[in-house]
Amino acid sequence: MKFTEEHEWLRDEDGEMVVGITIHAAEQLGDVVFVELPEVGTVVSKDDEVVVIESVKAASDILAPVDGEIIEVNETLVDNPGMVNDDPQGEAWFFKMKISDPSQMDEFMSEAAYQKFIA
Amino acid sequence: MSDDLRTPLYDLHVELGAKMVPFAGYAMPVQYPMGVMGEHNHTRSAAGLFDVSHMGQVTLSGASWGAVAQAFETLVPQDVLGLGEGRQRYGFFTNDAGGIEDDLMFARRGDDLLVVVNAACKDADIARMRAALEPAVTVTELDDRALIAVQGPGAEAALAGLDARAADMRFMDITDLELDGIAVWASRSGYTGEDGYEISVPAPQAEALARTLLAQDGVAPIGLGARDSLRLEAGLCLYGNDIDTTTTPAEGTLMWAVQKVRRPGGARAGGFPGADTALAAPARKRVGLLPEGRAPMRTGVAIYASETATDPVGHVTSGSFGPTVGGPVAMGYVSVDHADAGTALWGEVRGKRMPVQVAALPFVPASFKR
Repeated sequence: MKFTEEHEWLRDEDGEMVVGITIHAAEQLGDVVFVELPEVGTVVSKDDEVVVIESVKAASDILAPVDGEIIEVNETLVDNPGMVNDDPQGEAWFFKMKISDPSQMDEFMSEAAYQKFIA
Repeated sequence: MSDDLRTPLYDLHVELGAKMVPFAGYAMPVQYPMGVMGEHNHTRSAAGLFDVSHMGQVTLSGASWGAVAQAFETLVPQDVLGLGEGRQRYGFFTNDAGGIEDDLMFARRGDDLLVVVNAACKDADIARMRAALEPAVTVTELDDRALIAVQGPGAEAALAGLDARAADMRFMDITDLELDGIAVWASRSGYTGEDGYEISVPAPQAEALARTLLAQDGVAPIGLGARDSLRLEAGLCLYGNDIDTTTTPAEGTLMWAVQKVRRPGGARAGGFPGADTALAAPARKRVGLLPEGRAPMRTGVAIYASETATDPVGHVTSGSFGPTVGGPVAMGYVSVDHADAGTALWGEVRGKRMPVQVAALPFVPASFKR
């Protein structure tokens, strides 16, 4: 698993990149009450706003971590947004991407480096 | 945050694991480890303790109750003279344009009037009262007292276990109690729609009292986050959001708080700032708004009469997720021709029009002890 400075994680699943937010990010957001997912097939560029997430406190955007195409979204989050708090680095992934430029992954952090980053 | 003032409960908040944020010049707890949603639900099902010591507590005293009450009536459109001993009312200061300068609670304690005002407005409020009322009336800021609210269905048992007289109080009564040896003034009121109390306590004893209250069955500390969702579900205004200097009491749907005797035709009609406009039939009014989807409509969201209309008919002034409602809730201003409960409107969220219905307030029925 790789981590971004935007508090997202990416997990390589047979060449598809699964994307979610970190436990730290979920804690900061507080109780998540609404998730709006992108359309499957959307072609995105790094830093595009792809997911809207609202907690009891405020709305935030989840940015595309890399260039690519959205190939699957986690529809269960729409009806059960609280999953983002319960299991942010597991069941509550947001979308899967086919990435265009694997070299964009090079800048991301290991879990240990991310832990240091948020410390 | 180092410049922020601290209430007498600051150290206790930190000890309880609160996340502290700047609010109206004070460092205040926005949430504890339980989290906003958990704290909200706990208050509705058991009891929550809120530090509201940032609010201003002021006493007005004079030659007699009548003199004090009459003087205060020159600043507010409420019936002050008719207030019984040990009773409290909701009110507001108006300005010359009929707008609302602040909303407040006022209570009669003997010949004195106790006024509780919002933290962000308290300096202006005190200056206003001093300028208008002194020297006939003495205005004293009680900055040596803290204010603690206990709210929820478990509030009565929590207080009555310490002083049985708490159970005899009705909604909007105010009386002296002795809680675990600490002499306090308690009113049966609050800002959550739940039964509960607001307790004025000398600052040096505030922490001891808070610890005693938190040791009662079911009482948990609650932060500003849940305080906001609780009051929104209860349909209560947040000054600065839902009412301000540009909204009149009539626009704010607050005519219920203007007693007949102060309305046009009443025995003591007028005589407060902006009396000609404050109560006039409005062109827009504050309503409840119930978004149909799951997306919250937050402060500033524009409201339209149709999916394609170009000019908005109103806007959201408070909006969030209502944990008890189980969905988004909001309030805001719409033109009176779109203000009837059930009217279908549209709110624009992130460039998309989403259906929203005008709804009766409160969203969650109040459970006051009448």
